Amino acid sequence: MASRPRTLYEKIWDDHVVERRDDGTCLIYIDRHLVHEVTSPQAFEGLRAAGRRVRRPDLTLAVPDHNLPTTPRLDADGRRLPIADPESAQQLAALEANTAEFGIRYIDAVAPEQGIVHVVGPEQGFTLPGTTLVCGDSHTSAHGALGALAFGIGTSEVEHVLATQTLLLQQAKTMEVRVDGTLGFGVYAKDVVLAIIGRIGAAGGTGHVIEYTGDVIRAMSVEGRLTVSNMSIEGGARAGLIAPDETTYAYLRGRPMAPAGEVWDKALAWWRGLPSDPGARYDRTVTLAASDIAPSLTWGTSPEDVVAVTGRVPDPDSFADPAKREAARKSLDYMGLTPGTAMQDVAVEHIFIGSCTNSRIEDLRAAAAVARGRHVASGVRQALVVPGSGLVKRQAEAEGLDRIFTEAGFEWREPGCSMCLAMNPDKVPPGERCASTSNRNFVGRQGPGARTHLVSPASAAAAAIAGRLADVRDYVKEGAEI
Amino acid sequence: MEAVTAVSGSAYPWGAKNVDTDVIIPAHWLKTISRQGMGRGAFETVRKDPANLFDDPRYAGSPILIAGDNFGCGSSREHAAWALGDMGVQAVIAPSFSDIFSGNAVKNGIVPVVLPQEAVDRLLEVAKDHPVTVDLETMTVTTPFQDRFVFELDPFRRDCLMRGLDEIGLTLARDTAISKYESAVEETRPWL
Ligand code: SF4
Repeated sequence: MASRPRTLYEKIWDDHVVERRDDGTCLIYIDRHLVHEVTSPQAFEGLRAAGRRVRRPDLTLAVPDHNLPTTPRLDADGRRLPIADPESAQQLAALEANTAEFGIRYIDAVAPEQGIVHVVGPEQGFTLPGTTLVCGDSHTSAHGALGALAFGIGTSEVEHVLATQTLLLQQAKTMEVRVDGTLGFGVYAKDVVLAIIGRIGAAGGTGHVIEYTGDVIRAMSVEGRLTVSNMSIEGGARAGLIAPDETTYAYLRGRPMAPAGEVWDKALAWWRGLPSDPGARYDRTVTLAASDIAPSLTWGTSPEDVVAVTGRVPDPDSFADPAKREAARKSLDYMGLTPGTAMQDVAVEHIFIGSCTNSRIEDLRAAAAVARGRHVASGVRQALVVPGSGLVKRQAEAEGLDRIFTEAGFEWREPGCSMCLAMNPDKVPPGERCASTSNRNFVGRQGPGARTHLVSPASAAAAAIAGRLADVRDYVKEGAEI
Repeated sequence: MEAVTAVSGSAYPWGAKNVDTDVIIPAHWLKTISRQGMGRGAFETVRKDPANLFDDPRYAGSPILIAGDNFGCGSSREHAAWALGDMGVQAVIAPSFSDIFSGNAVKNGIVPVVLPQEAVDRLLEVAKDHPVTVDLETMTVTTPFQDRFVFELDPFRRDCLMRGLDEIGLTLARDTAISKYESAVEETRPWL
């Protein structure tokens, strides 16, 4: 086996096979497990009912994020403020009680490290190259940015991992998505991944693990890579992967849960052997040229409904596939858009800068560069900036980004999933429109009847200033520090 | 989990493409710590339309749902499978499923049946007025009109469905192999 050139995916897979069954299914060992409050209560309940224990509590890390309101969590005297919604409060209390009962590390809602699971994992060095990492959340694909085979699982699988530290899986097909060249000015990681999904479609990666390659990916920071890999699932792929390199190692070194000292050197030697071998074959390859990628956004209710910011709302009749025509008609009806309208003529009432896709420090810097010295347009009813973790928040405050945002009329919030999904108090009201840096523009995702346009953080800030969807290149000067 | 060998009866002739799990069960229904009662929230936004399929008396309580490409895409929430199960759906027929959803479906005794678009189109037509049968024994979908479509499902999943197996129990029985793997890793990759 060692002689055949293998892809990064195949190497990680081979390293984690506990047993191969006759039917081709493999029992795969899971190195890291992230847990949050929404998809875990029924799993812990199942363990309790069957009298089972958690096999490796030391490989599991829990943090609340989805339900948590993003308003202040402590009063002026440092006392914890109650959570108004009784169901949310119950779910959060259940996570705290379950992790205590089963001996799992738990980052409390008011701890400085608290944040969105997919921001916390890499930030703490919990996510490492060459590992298998799972979480009861589909955007677990994000962690693939560090070269971890990371994917979302359902609650029964959460229970299976807690009890056995393994999963029964079938090997996926591989798909290379290569982005060659150099990105143009005003084009960010988010635009790259939107362009990719626009190309392959929302089901394009089904059954595959995507490996992102090419100059553009190599030149990206780990934060940009996290944005790209995060949205692999929106292209149908359960996992995305990016080969670890010097950028990855520099990012990880010194993180609290990353190896240190001699063990670091050992790990590093192992990691250097992970990238796909020359001549390794993928089942499919898709190539994009960086020069074809513009600042992008979505017009419909599927993440594949992508158009350049300079483009127009498409005419449903322009689609060849009858099912797509029908879907486009329904989408435009829901979105309240007329074919042929210039995207930049579409007014927005809400701005959301946050979510596990775009809430890291570089995202906030890019948005702040646009917001600096300007003001949110009068037609915008709410503009939220929600850092991905307490550590991101502190860093941003140390850099003065919070003041740039608040002076421009944005709200500066506590970390959490916030307006990415309608589970906590941050929602977009029915019929209103939001330029959002999150990952899903599904019907009702940001609230019943809410209309979502997915954009990059810089584009979201530009939309806030313009009061309409806007071209970020009109707001930042080329060559200016972003 | 209950064993399932065949599902027979009326089917919701829906056919919608890219049905995401936010549509199957909106997020606000996820604030529960139980698996029960999720059917009340199933397809909540679709049901706002008075003419919707799910409240049409002809199809009420159907054990089969026929949908379009990429069914169950989006969030990993198993609540989507619980919601379908709670409303009585035991099989979903579609040209393709999201990977996470089909796994969740099987773990809850729901059969994900993948058929080519032409077959699905035919079934959408038939199901308007007639029943459909999904048989795991013969791996076929049949109608009263001699339609017979063969589908595939990986043998392990099929076995789990047909015998109602407890996967965790099965894996726990492999404890020795798992412990052996763990000791080997401790040697070669001590940072884990
Ligand atoms: S930010 Fe959004 S996509 Fe990310 S984990 Fe939270 S809810 Fe899921």
